[in-house]
Amino acid sequence: MSRRIISTLSIVLVLGASLALVACGGGKSNKLEIFSWWTVGGEGEGLKALFDIYHKQYPNVQIINAAVAGGAGTNAKALLATRLTGGKPPDAFQLHAGLEVEKYDPEKYILPLDDFYKSEGLDKVLPQDLLSLLQYKGHYWGVPVDIHRANILWYNKKVFADAKLQPPTTWDEYFKVVKALKARKIIPLAFGSKDGYEAGHTFETVLISVLGPDAYKGLWTGATKWTDPKVADALNTLKKLLADVNSDHSALTWDGALGQYFITNKAGMMIMGDWVNGWFISQNFTDYGWECVPGPKVFDGLSDSFALPKGAPDNTNAMNWLKVCASQAGQGAFNPLKGSIPARTDVDPSLFNPYSQSAMKDWTSEPIVPSVVHGAAATEKWATVYKDILATFATSGDVAAAQKALDQTATDNLAK
Amino acid sequence: MKAVARDRAISVALVAPSLILIAVFVYGFIGFTGFSSLTKWDSLEPNFKFVGLHNYQRLFSIVPTDRFLCDLRNMVTFTVLFLAGSIVLGFALAILLDRQVKGEGIFRNIFLFPMAISYVVTGVLWRWILGPGSTQSGGALGINLLFDKLGLGFLKWGWFTDPTSVYIHPDSHFGVFLSHIGLGGLATPYVGISLAMISVAIAATWQMSGYTMAMYLAALRGIPTEMREAARVDGASEMQVYMRVIVPMIRPITLSALIVLGHISLKIFDLVVSMTGPGPAFATDVPALYMWETTFRGNNFAQGAAIAVLLLLLVAVLIIPYLVSSTRSEVRR
Repeated sequence: MSRRIISTLSIVLVLGASLALVACGGGKSNKLEIFSWWTVGGEGEGLKALFDIYHKQYPNVQIINAAVAGGAGTNAKALLATRLTGGKPPDAFQLHAGLEVEKYDPEKYILPLDDFYKSEGLDKVLPQDLLSLLQYKGHYWGVPVDIHRANILWYNKKVFADAKLQPPTTWDEYFKVVKALKARKIIPLAFGSKDGYEAGHTFETVLISVLGPDAYKGLWTGATKWTDPKVADALNTLKKLLADVNSDHSALTWDGALGQYFITNKAGMMIMGDWVNGWFISQNFTDYGWECVPGPKVFDGLSDSFALPKGAPDNTNAMNWLKVCASQAGQGAFNPLKGSIPARTDVDPSLFNPYSQSAMKDWTSEPIVPSVVHGAAATEKWATVYKDILATFATSGDVAAAQKALDQTATDNLAK
Repeated sequence: MKAVARDRAISVALVAPSLILIAVFVYGFIGFTGFSSLTKWDSLEPNFKFVGLHNYQRLFSIVPTDRFLCDLRNMVTFTVLFLAGSIVLGFALAILLDRQVKGEGIFRNIFLFPMAISYVVTGVLWRWILGPGSTQSGGALGINLLFDKLGLGFLKWGWFTDPTSVYIHPDSHFGVFLSHIGLGGLATPYVGISLAMISVAIAATWQMSGYTMAMYLAALRGIPTEMREAARVDGASEMQVYMRVIVPMIRPITLSALIVLGHISLKIFDLVVSMTGPGPAFATDVPALYMWETTFRGNNFAQGAAIAVLLLLLVAVLIIPYLVSSTRSEVRR
């Protein structure tokens, strides 16, 4: 009998103790949970710099870094979607500016930030093109922290100097450079397509250069038809481009191709976004130059921003975080470490390296178009099919089929 | 009577929780996936507007992309090569080890080690080995470099960067013949062999042949030596002893190896993602990879659900006959 009593009592005690612990653990404390996919390298350090600035201003708030690893936020975005629909959102989360916000059903889950933009004067310090990019269904949803540029032609200075070549500014010049490099047994364009998006990325830069900024933007709104002969021109240019890349491109990522061919002076050029700049910094490689992809000078931009979930009971801490991110000090601390440029046009350029300084000048002077491969110009659903079509075209070279497919998916996605 | 009823009640009570959980979390979710595949759900917020078989039609069409058809072709190529390779290699290794060699335990362990590695590690490993390097830079890599050094340079090829699909061309003699007898649909690039999948099959065979070897070794040990001796006394050569006596006796092992490896190969994901990604012109893409990309990157939940349902049907075609026949043989016993 007594053994029974003892065992029952001990079970009750253990249960009671664990319940009490649970009740204690859920107490209110001043916390701020920041969700992003910036876990390593310059990105991680930049985020930490923002945390430091915030902590100086608000020392009583505990910052929880809820970053999720995984390139381009593939894992983070899936987790964020779950948290938003599950009702336990983080205090602030990272978002690509542009149509990617459609993925999270913003009218239901995200707090519109129009008042914030007015009170912080953001509509005066952000370029007009960026402001129209940040709007979706008439509201602002995120505060942009950094800007990356997708349409850069990087070239190896030593290779070009040895071959006595100038970086090309038109496609005719480009193909002359290709001929000269081939004669010297150097790979004209380093290319790495393992991740599946690189052909789509290269094509969007060619589209911009062949169609020009307004017609390119029209492709994603239905104003420009994909059956336009200029799109066929762009496809043919891409075909010629890809005929002279390293033959093992499908086994290499972009940084693998850089490491194997570009830094070793075996390749002359690469078309990729300016995260390449951050990579060169981390490899201590400085013998590189850059040019806008041949054609008119247009800034093909993508931007990371922070957004707040709707319906949070007390979002003072999160609002203060947004203020830090939007401030001159915040953007001046974050971007040099990440290798990107600030979204604000009034940050001190001397904090940045030569490439970033030239990019900051272009940011304020050139027309800005959204990148599709990086979530700005089209919904993720459309961008995924676009990328697949281009991946097939990169091998098949069938211009008519690719154009038909691009037109079909545009019809699918615009017919909402 | 009461004792029987009580026993029955207890057995039902013990099994009921598992049954309920499985009914909800396995079959309930399968049903939900099947339902989702018939809707227009392509954003975070579920959109259950019924669109019938539209998603399935999209998968099997060439416009806008023929990715799923390539996936099916790759999956078949991989399954055939992987199963044949694992079983033949596993059986060969088992026969060799069955000869009572010294240090048999060491060899057995060595052959079994690859199974302990995760598929991701295998994928990265074989990517380094089979990565072809490039002709322009004058630098072959990995196994191509080895071929060069051994003077076998003509054996170099692109391995998993080669997008070629070997198929019956519709204009060839055989293709014309097929269209005459109404089977012209077989002469497309989607009914063929994807050469790039050979590399992935090599990596997977390397990993799993230890498993088949272990199974065959146990089976071979289970065959009484009297049988082999009787066969030899009757005048059978070594080869005939194997082909006529041993192989038929280990048929059940072959069958279960086919089932286990078959369902792994139909759903293969982590090996492909770490070794090759989707590949040039989707030469190494597989349905599971397409499903993951379209659902979690493209947000196209309905299409992902459709691929999942098709995968389920494919695996069911493999497993259900086996289950039915084994249940029947149990009942007979």
